[in-house]
Amino acid sequence: MDAIIVEELTKYYGNLLAVNKISFRVKWREIFGFLGPNGAGKTTTIRMLCGLAKISNGSAYIAGCNLAKDLKCVKKSIGVVQDVSNLYYELTAMDNLLFSGEMYGLNRKERKERAIELLKFFGLFDKKDVKFKHLSKGQKRRLVIAAALMHKPKILFLDEPTIGLDVRGRRMIWNLIKELNKKGLTIFLTTHNIYEAFSLCNRIAIINKGKIVTIGTPEVLKEKFSGSEVLEVAFTRELDKKDLTGLSGIVKVIGTGRSFKIIVNDPIIALEEIAKKARLRGVSLSYINLRGADAEEIFLRIISDKNVG
Amino acid sequence: MIKMLDELKKAFFIAKKDLKEYYFKPPTISWGIMFPIVFVFAFLIREGNKLWLIPGLLTLSIFFGTTSMSAASIIFERRMESFDRLLLFPISYYGIALGKTLSSFFFGLLSSAITLATIWILFPVPIHNILLLTICIIGSALQFSSIGVLLSFAVKDPMQSMTVFNSIRFPIIFLSNMIIPIKKLPAYMLLVPLAIPVTYSVESIRYSLLGTYDIVPPTISITIIFASYLAFLYITGLLIRKNIP
Repeated sequence: MDAIIVEELTKYYGNLLAVNKISFRVKWREIFGFLGPNGAGKTTTIRMLCGLAKISNGSAYIAGCNLAKDLKCVKKSIGVVQDVSNLYYELTAMDNLLFSGEMYGLNRKERKERAIELLKFFGLFDKKDVKFKHLSKGQKRRLVIAAALMHKPKILFLDEPTIGLDVRGRRMIWNLIKELNKKGLTIFLTTHNIYEAFSLCNRIAIINKGKIVTIGTPEVLKEKFSGSEVLEVAFTRELDKKDLTGLSGIVKVIGTGRSFKIIVNDPIIALEEIAKKARLRGVSLSYINLRGADAEEIFLRIISDKNVG
Repeated sequence: MIKMLDELKKAFFIAKKDLKEYYFKPPTISWGIMFPIVFVFAFLIREGNKLWLIPGLLTLSIFFGTTSMSAASIIFERRMESFDRLLLFPISYYGIALGKTLSSFFFGLLSSAITLATIWILFPVPIHNILLLTICIIGSALQFSSIGVLLSFAVKDPMQSMTVFNSIRFPIIFLSNMIIPIKKLPAYMLLVPLAIPVTYSVESIRYSLLGTYDIVPPTISITIIFASYLAFLYITGLLIRKNIP
């Protein structure tokens, strides 16, 4: 059995459909990424899988436990890191970890040993007596992950693990995630950072407007959309973005003013249309460059393309 | 049985954590300890029937001590999203509710001890039945903590919690026989204090301190105190489940 099996999972908040019949499987020992823009349904999905939000429809099995019938079994098998660093401010780093250990039923010796082991692993041992409120953002984030690992869960859920961190902090968390995965931990992470998803994950599900648009390995996704090309254009005068949006051959327009990056599915037709529109508006093209799309542009193309599945 | 012990143990861990985290939060100190002491001074320094007032003032200190702690611990955690952490642990919603009432309970005991000592210094009063007084203080602290916890989960917007809390707590001071004798109320108003659980704590504490009660006999009061504690705890568990979106 796979680590996570999700079938037709649906979530309504009142009349609002937040997650729309999504299905996917996560294999043991893989890093599975949930990539999507803000409001796509990533956090809602993770909250449903952890028991922090009720499921409207569908089913989910986590580490073999039926989420609807045995939530306690699910909770014992998973560690969860939410998108906020929500440990207890007046407690020290050590006390926060010990409290997690207590709540997962570890005995006194086990929790002390595990806390020390994790503090060392996350480079926080010298901060063990520092109150959570006095730690830096990056240290807080690492401690939150450590707290989620106190009971040696089989699966770790990470909701936007590097949100708000600087480059150094982000890289540190990425390395830790890779190391944890090497030790055998299955990781489910949500992110809106394309680079994070493509560089960390074994497989990625791209979610937009509550629906999974596509699932694949980073290589397959890149291959699948290898046809994506980007037209970089500049005009002699400013042009309204709306003038370019919706023209034939164009998937997405990025930029404002005189310079635009345009994701195209047919560069020749797109260029003809752009030139026609420029003439109509009385401006000329001053720069044109055609190149392959990078990960971010592939992502934008995927979520813009309604026919992708 | 093992499952129940496990839940109890975890509830105690939550209480221990809360006490470390929220003991010195300004609202806990100001509303839970300072406010009752100010009340004690205000009422005991003036002329009048002080003996009758003392049980009410003691109850008031337990009431404000426990409910201030519940407000601080739950509302603060809900605002900071750290309450979600408790929901992620393998413990039932009733276990969480129990843990939260226990931390408020211990703080209520502390608050009542400080008030009792203050009263004792200002106005040494003989205690009618010390064992009964202990039971009544424990029962009242449990009952009030469950009221505080229930209210903290019922408040929709944590930012307005203190306004909501005080708009409920202040009328209770005047309607539960704490500082205004309910005997003085018109007959048609008598149902109001009888519908307020706090009245039974005031009555039982008054009996255990002075050996007299106004309307409700202590056996009935004590039964209602413990029954209402269990009922509020149960409703809180349901409310936590209901609050999950």
